[in-house]
Amino acid sequence: MADATTAVAEKPYYQVSTNKHSGILSWLLTTDHKRIGLMYFAAIITFFLVGVIIGVLMRLELIAPGRTIMGPQTYNELFTLHGVIMIFLFIIPGLPAIFGNFFLPIQIGARDVAFPRLNLLSYYIYVIGAIMALTSLFLPGGPIDTGWTFYIPYSIRSTTNVSMALLAAFVLGFSSILTGINFITTVHRMRAPGMGWFRMPLFVWATYATAWIQVIATPVIGITILLVVIERAFGVGIFDPALGGDPILFQHLFWIYSHPAVYIMILPAMGVVSEIIPTFSRRTIFGYKQIAYSSLAIAFIGYLVWGHHMFSSGMSDTDAMIFSLLTFLVALPSGVKIFNWVATMYKGSIDPQPPFLWVMAFIVLFSIGGLTGLVLGSLATDIHLTDTYFVVAHFHYVMFGGTGTIFFAALHYWFPKMFGKMYNIKFSKIAVVTYFIGFNMLYFPKFIMGYMGMPRRYYDYLPMFTPYQRISTIGSWILAGTIFFMVGYFIHALYKGKKATSNPWGGVTLEWHISSPPIMENFHEIPTITHEPYDFSQLKEMKNE
Amino acid sequence: MSNHQETAAATHQTHRDDVGAKMGMWLFLFTEVLLFGGLFLVYAVYRYQYQQQFHIAAMELNTGIGTLNTIILLTSSLTVALSIAAIQKGNKFLSMILISTTLILAAMFMVNKFFEWSTKFSHGIYPGSKELAAKPNGQILFYGLYFVMTGLHGLHVLVGMVVLTFMLVFIKRDIITKDSYAKLENSGLYWHLVDLIWIFLFPLFYLIQ
Repeated sequence: MADATTAVAEKPYYQVSTNKHSGILSWLLTTDHKRIGLMYFAAIITFFLVGVIIGVLMRLELIAPGRTIMGPQTYNELFTLHGVIMIFLFIIPGLPAIFGNFFLPIQIGARDVAFPRLNLLSYYIYVIGAIMALTSLFLPGGPIDTGWTFYIPYSIRSTTNVSMALLAAFVLGFSSILTGINFITTVHRMRAPGMGWFRMPLFVWATYATAWIQVIATPVIGITILLVVIERAFGVGIFDPALGGDPILFQHLFWIYSHPAVYIMILPAMGVVSEIIPTFSRRTIFGYKQIAYSSLAIAFIGYLVWGHHMFSSGMSDTDAMIFSLLTFLVALPSGVKIFNWVATMYKGSIDPQPPFLWVMAFIVLFSIGGLTGLVLGSLATDIHLTDTYFVVAHFHYVMFGGTGTIFFAALHYWFPKMFGKMYNIKFSKIAVVTYFIGFNMLYFPKFIMGYMGMPRRYYDYLPMFTPYQRISTIGSWILAGTIFFMVGYFIHALYKGKKATSNPWGGVTLEWHISSPPIMENFHEIPTITHEPYDFSQLKEMKNE
Repeated sequence: MSNHQETAAATHQTHRDDVGAKMGMWLFLFTEVLLFGGLFLVYAVYRYQYQQQFHIAAMELNTGIGTLNTIILLTSSLTVALSIAAIQKGNKFLSMILISTTLILAAMFMVNKFFEWSTKFSHGIYPGSKELAAKPNGQILFYGLYFVMTGLHGLHVLVGMVVLTFMLVFIKRDIITKDSYAKLENSGLYWHLVDLIWIFLFPLFYLIQ
């Protein structure tokens, strides 16, 4: 009897049900944070691939001037869809919902999050939101064509299914809030004995700061979206200039959320970087407290810079200057992180495994994105570059080059732990290289085109832009090809991959102390923490375990 | 296998953290405050922009019903607080009576609200009506905000009533007891917030003239 129980206790989490059901229901009704993380993973990856395909189609349209494969209305619908899917369905929930759910409790030595049932609820709210977003495509009226920013007054006048898509964003926001509440409470209440605030891994710090932004910023977009829906349904006039409302007020409210939202997207990514660099440098992180506090500083200052999206839409010079100054300030904590990461590698014993290479790609791409952000943050240059490809390029370097790249880094880092299988290392090294080449080919020409005056969201362009647009489109094929190549070798690894050891990379945070894949409820016994998070002297003890 | 499932389920139930639950609730209330905060911000901007017309429009509202509703909601907050005190002392019956009283008061609030709104509707004042469209922009905005904000608040009252009904059932079935009353306490917090928002709405629409 005792033997049987022990045997079960050794089984990986995906073979043991947390409820009375088995088979598919044991997944759909699970309250286990790891299973919920995997369910998010399946949903989010699906939407991401749809977003990639839409992006490739848009690039294909732009390969030559004039009409190539679609009409202008379709193009408008596609770029809106690309934005809505990538932002609300992939990049905002991506890292916190998948890796946060899976690893946050493990890294603080907990068996689960504080509110497991609420966690499942937020998953289903996410699914409902996603279904609503997809339904809006097929209802009469047609897919939304306002751009993902839903600017007034067009979003009141457009006859497409704006209300449905907005409600979908509202529902997704609600899911995000509940996840945020859950993570904050988990970090406050569930840490293992000895796990003081400054012994938490930096991914936990980053996810914690993110959770605060989710809680503080999301309700503002919630009410703004509701007001637009009410405006469309009843004509109350709050934003409608014809009834005395102020469309600029909508922009303010929209960006009060949506600027902090970009930090919701990037902060967890920075947390992942702070995990990967020490592991592959075999050296404790340089400036632990600075990195932890800079996450909080980004969360705080990031809340006060929304006006820089509106320099050209009517704002007093004083306001514009203050917002510009604050924008420059927010670059400081990001810079602190970059320097600390680089300093961590200095004199480290670097092992260039795939996750580390992804992080290197990230540092280059994110730095380009960050520095061009300063060009946009200063007032004079911004007037020249507003609404051009330059903004599109900056945004993609930060979001895709930043968060997207780290999404892949995190996947390569934690895949062996999550699934207990190892992927093909050689293939993944090739993938980093082609990804990096494809990415720069796709987005770098957009900086040049933007500087030359190519406006964003245009279906057509002047012949002078043709060579740049072509390079960009060819880059999109390389990038998309790499992504599908990755999907291929990960699926192959799932079925045919070699079994992963419990600590393939030589990491020392708590997830590397337990088996790959983890057992149900993570730990046989809740550990007592006696080390700093990145104390590599533990490695010897761990080998004896 | 089944043996282990039971143990897994058992540990989930035994994990109880009242402080954590309350912390989660406060965070949720925080998001509610920010949700209404957005509306208060919009109100402030337009009040500043259209002072004269907000003044004129506000005089049309019935301060009597507003005051009555304020008294009703404040009393209901008291009864919720007392019902928590009652369950802490182990008086299940009294606690249930007090929650029922709260529900009745909440219903009274909604009935008053219904009459207030329908009077406005019968005078042709509702979003999108011809009478309202003929008024100056400031008054359209005042009524737009009035219906949106009191409407959203009313929705919260209804949600609160549903939550409190559940609590009534939980007390009846001894899920909420003398030793385990975090659920009721958290519902009480929510109810106080609904009350608090009304305390701000009342002067903003009815009293400042």
